[in-house]
Amino acid sequence: MAVETAELELDTLAPSEPPVVEERNLETVEMTINMGPQHPSTHGVFRMVLTLEGERVKAAEPYIGYLHRGAEKLGESGDVEGYRKAIIPLDRTDYLSAMLNEHAYVMAVEKLANIQVPERAEYLRVILGELTRIVSHCMFYGAFGADTGATTPFMYAFALREEIQQLFEAVGGARMFPNYYRPGGLREDVPVDFVDRVRRIRETALRAFGDFDRLLTQNEVFLARTRGIAVIDAERAIDLGVSGPVLRATGVPYDVRRLEPYSIYDRFDFEIPIGTRGDCYERYLIRLEEMYQSLYIAEQALKELPGGPVMGNAPKALRPAKGDVYQRIENSRGEFGVYLVSDGRSPAPYRVKYRSPCFVNLQALNEMVVGAYVADAVLALGSIDIVLGEVDR
Amino acid sequence: MGISLPQDAVLAGNQTAVPAPVPFSPQPENLYARLPQGVVTTTVDQLFQWARKSSLWPMTFGLACCAIEMISTFMAKHDLDRFGLIGQVGATPRQSDLMIVSGTVTTKMAPAVKTLYDQMPEPKWVISMGGCATCGGPYYRYPTVVQGVDQVIPVDVYIGGCPPRPEALMHGILKLQEKIMRQASEGRRPNPDLELVLAGEGVT
Repeated sequence: MAVETAELELDTLAPSEPPVVEERNLETVEMTINMGPQHPSTHGVFRMVLTLEGERVKAAEPYIGYLHRGAEKLGESGDVEGYRKAIIPLDRTDYLSAMLNEHAYVMAVEKLANIQVPERAEYLRVILGELTRIVSHCMFYGAFGADTGATTPFMYAFALREEIQQLFEAVGGARMFPNYYRPGGLREDVPVDFVDRVRRIRETALRAFGDFDRLLTQNEVFLARTRGIAVIDAERAIDLGVSGPVLRATGVPYDVRRLEPYSIYDRFDFEIPIGTRGDCYERYLIRLEEMYQSLYIAEQALKELPGGPVMGNAPKALRPAKGDVYQRIENSRGEFGVYLVSDGRSPAPYRVKYRSPCFVNLQALNEMVVGAYVADAVLALGSIDIVLGEVDR
Repeated sequence: MGISLPQDAVLAGNQTAVPAPVPFSPQPENLYARLPQGVVTTTVDQLFQWARKSSLWPMTFGLACCAIEMISTFMAKHDLDRFGLIGQVGATPRQSDLMIVSGTVTTKMAPAVKTLYDQMPEPKWVISMGGCATCGGPYYRYPTVVQGVDQVIPVDVYIGGCPPRPEALMHGILKLQEKIMRQASEGRRPNPDLELVLAGEGVT
């Protein structure tokens, strides 16, 4: 009896002949699905209308504007210290890389008003900016892991993020929006134990990067979900104006820090990681490598950190001569630009315009997801690493 | 007769008439002494509210910058799970009873927030996290920003800060749990009974 049942089970498990698949013309109905504005994988309030045929995406149309808070307009409406007040809404546009954006803005104002910046302030700006890049990529790492179905990376990423945010709090008084950079330097000097703390963070971060690497890079599920997904080629990416890790994954070594070295980036040695295929996996790898490079830049800057004041003799209320200026930097998401116009009379900028990388990178989304599965559309969005505050501004 | 006896005198008279039962005493020490160990007396309302406050299911719902600090609160180091809040379970309003409005509500987003609130089953609570959701915050009087989410949905606890620290969010959740327990004795959702949690961190 026992033998018989065993044979029977074996028969059902492994049929000797392959099952005959009846060939049918399955009718697929075109379907429109609304994704967002409340959806856990849209990284905020992003709405995407997907046209599906079966489970394949035929077209994806992004709808934005759910977080329009007028960062540009509010930047123009300051009164006495208008050029400083624009930093407050600017911080909240790309809320993951606040200090990098502050850097772009203060450099634009300095260019406009011919303000000299002390050496120490320049070095501290670079150190804090690169740490901000790590913080931002930590968020990407966690969210992208969650998009592929893994929650543990989030925990690891935020453990490191927390360490760095505590440093930001000690330096600028706030965890996310320190509002620390000023035209002409920095608001105040860093705490006395700053150098030691950054060194400690370096140790923690290197350990954490190892963990990041071990958790996802060779993970089989992760590889299956991300390799060859949401591919975009270099030519098309350049046509669309894509920048940042999304462009570098296609093999274009475009990094404003290297091509147009602003601040003191020409003094540091760092590499620009590039990819070859331009898929989700390479975008992830590039961000992981960028975290190492950021740490390396911060380490070099820390070694050469000079003493002296952190604030030049720039007046609080600026009234630059009539003119306009454009300053761009390499944000954690791509090329971030600030365009300022001064009318020569008012103490606030006449016009503020931010060129935000997410908004431009989002244009590539449609081409990435057409023909892909619905689940991969989520990954494509995650791999662009959008921040809706910056898209809508 | 014109004589009015004190009440204990009547009781004493009854005892002499019917001697057998032990008199019920409303004094708590006597009552608890008669209960076996491990038995607690409570009201059904309190029991239910206790269960509700101990396993709040927040809706995964991030609006803006505050969402990042909310995620920080859920993740390692701060670990909101120990208060019974489980993040990242389901992003559906149908199974949640707590909405943390974490960020700026714009006029374009407000109808969606209202719909989500309406989809949540009763009983439900709302925490307004951060300056924007509370009163417009840094976007005070900006035309596209709703000046406080309480213009759209009722709010139970307000947390100040831009964004509030994770500790401030924890404080807000503890305040909400206190409030839920208070609702057991006072009835659900008493009229304007609002909590205000002041965070240490403001706009610099």
